Amino acid sequence: MQFFLDAFRWLLDPANYASGGLNPLPIQDRVGEHLLYTVVAVAVAAVIALPLGFYIGHTGRGRQFVIGFTGAMRALPTLGLLMALFVIVGATVPFTQAAFIASIIALVILAIPSILAGAYAGIESVDRQTIDAGRAMGMTELQVLTQIEIPLSLPLIIGGIRASALQVIATAVIASYISLGGLGTIISSGIGLNDNDRILGGAILVTLLALVVDGMFALAQRLTRRRGTAGVRRKKIDVREQPLGLVAVAAPSAHEGKN
Amino acid sequence: MIEFRNVTKRFPDGTLAVENFSLVLPSHKATVFVGSSGSGKTTLLRMINRMIDPTEGSILINGEDIADVDPVLLRRRIGYVLQATGLLPHRKVVDNIASVPRLNGVPKRKARLDAITLLDTVGLDRNLAERYPDQLSGGQQQRVGVARALASDPDILLMDEPFGAVDPIVRAELQEELNRLQRELGKTTVFVTHDIDEAFVIADQVVILRNGGVIAQVGSPADILATPADDFVASFIGADRGKRTLYIQHREGDSAPLIVDSDGRPAGVLGTEQ
Repeated sequence: MQFFLDAFRWLLDPANYASGGLNPLPIQDRVGEHLLYTVVAVAVAAVIALPLGFYIGHTGRGRQFVIGFTGAMRALPTLGLLMALFVIVGATVPFTQAAFIASIIALVILAIPSILAGAYAGIESVDRQTIDAGRAMGMTELQVLTQIEIPLSLPLIIGGIRASALQVIATAVIASYISLGGLGTIISSGIGLNDNDRILGGAILVTLLALVVDGMFALAQRLTRRRGTAGVRRKKIDVREQPLGLVAVAAPSAHEGKN
Repeated sequence: MIEFRNVTKRFPDGTLAVENFSLVLPSHKATVFVGSSGSGKTTLLRMINRMIDPTEGSILINGEDIADVDPVLLRRRIGYVLQATGLLPHRKVVDNIASVPRLNGVPKRKARLDAITLLDTVGLDRNLAERYPDQLSGGQQQRVGVARALASDPDILLMDEPFGAVDPIVRAELQEELNRLQRELGKTTVFVTHDIDEAFVIADQVVILRNGGVIAQVGSPADILATPADDFVASFIGADRGKRTLYIQHREGDSAPLIVDSDGRPAGVLGTEQ
């Protein structure tokens, strides 16, 4: 218990937030770096994985290949990948940039499988008859995707991004191994200085960051969870007109009726 | 006018759904395809808006071969009603109805205003406009489905067992409503059902199908009831079991002669004139 109290004391010490502190201080700069790596890695991964996932979910093509491939990607040890990439990238670009690029590539590879899985599983979960109706109305394939499939699977798509963001936040700690910033530097400097407060403080910071980001994604999922979207039970009552407690009570029994 | 010319549809798995089917569906009339499952009736319907393309033969709408028409544009000028699940669950009733006009580029405001008017046409309360489909009863959902199909004022209305999922009372109501709409709007309607009684209520022209899309008989409900073409048709409409034959029974003291079925159960009374 004393460990934790000391770690929190270290975290709450204003001196650790003062500008001009010796590396890895001040703490907020490291948090900022950590978030930057996460945002860049997840954004790049999303740009790659979302269109691919939509394509697979919409057409059903390439599904087996991608499942196998992303499974293999998940099994890659990120630390080893990072070191290998650092060497490869370091051979062509300057040292400081090499660290950043290698880290981002490693994190992007880590982030892709979850986003991809969320995207294609989301699209596949949409009721075939609803899609058929859209097509029969005269929607183009792109309109079916953007007006039916994506809106109806948004919670699952965001769920995939949420999972990958958490993985990246947790894993970005290793960027400090190749002398990049982020919360990992606090932990590794703590290890170097044999300073338990720093090690635990850094770990707590990573945890807190993950929890906050997770909470934000959870909120986004809630807001996009509209009628008819995956994971929403069909209800006869209008949610917006009910006090929250009643909805919670009414939801489990609201599956009957219809069809 | 919709014309099937020697249409054959073989699915990739080898099933022959329809073979060498030829038929003319007259304009402004309701044609009902009726048959049991496997008779190819839904396949026939879905070939009209190119949701399915025939393997052989051609389909003409007002003389134009639809194989030459972009399927997306073709579908936007043909109304399509299917079972309850066909509404988009994430869109409000009014937006569901406005879907096709929106695809055709009608401004949102106008499309929504028109959609509200259509609620009146199909006999729905305007208050339902802002609801979501899952807040409506099955019968109401079906009416929304019909309103959506009518929204871009198509000449052709395709209906694929639209009333299959609602209870018999609502079903009868919807059938009556559809007949009223048909009288008012005069669409070329193609309706698919497995219920022969429903077919007789709705159809100007009934097409009774055997397995594999083979026509057993085409005719008005009166023709088919009066002279079933063969045993298959007779059994399909229930004539062979005496279901379609009614008898007049005179009883002491009745003000009008009684009509009874072959078991002697009363079915009604005889009116003097229609």
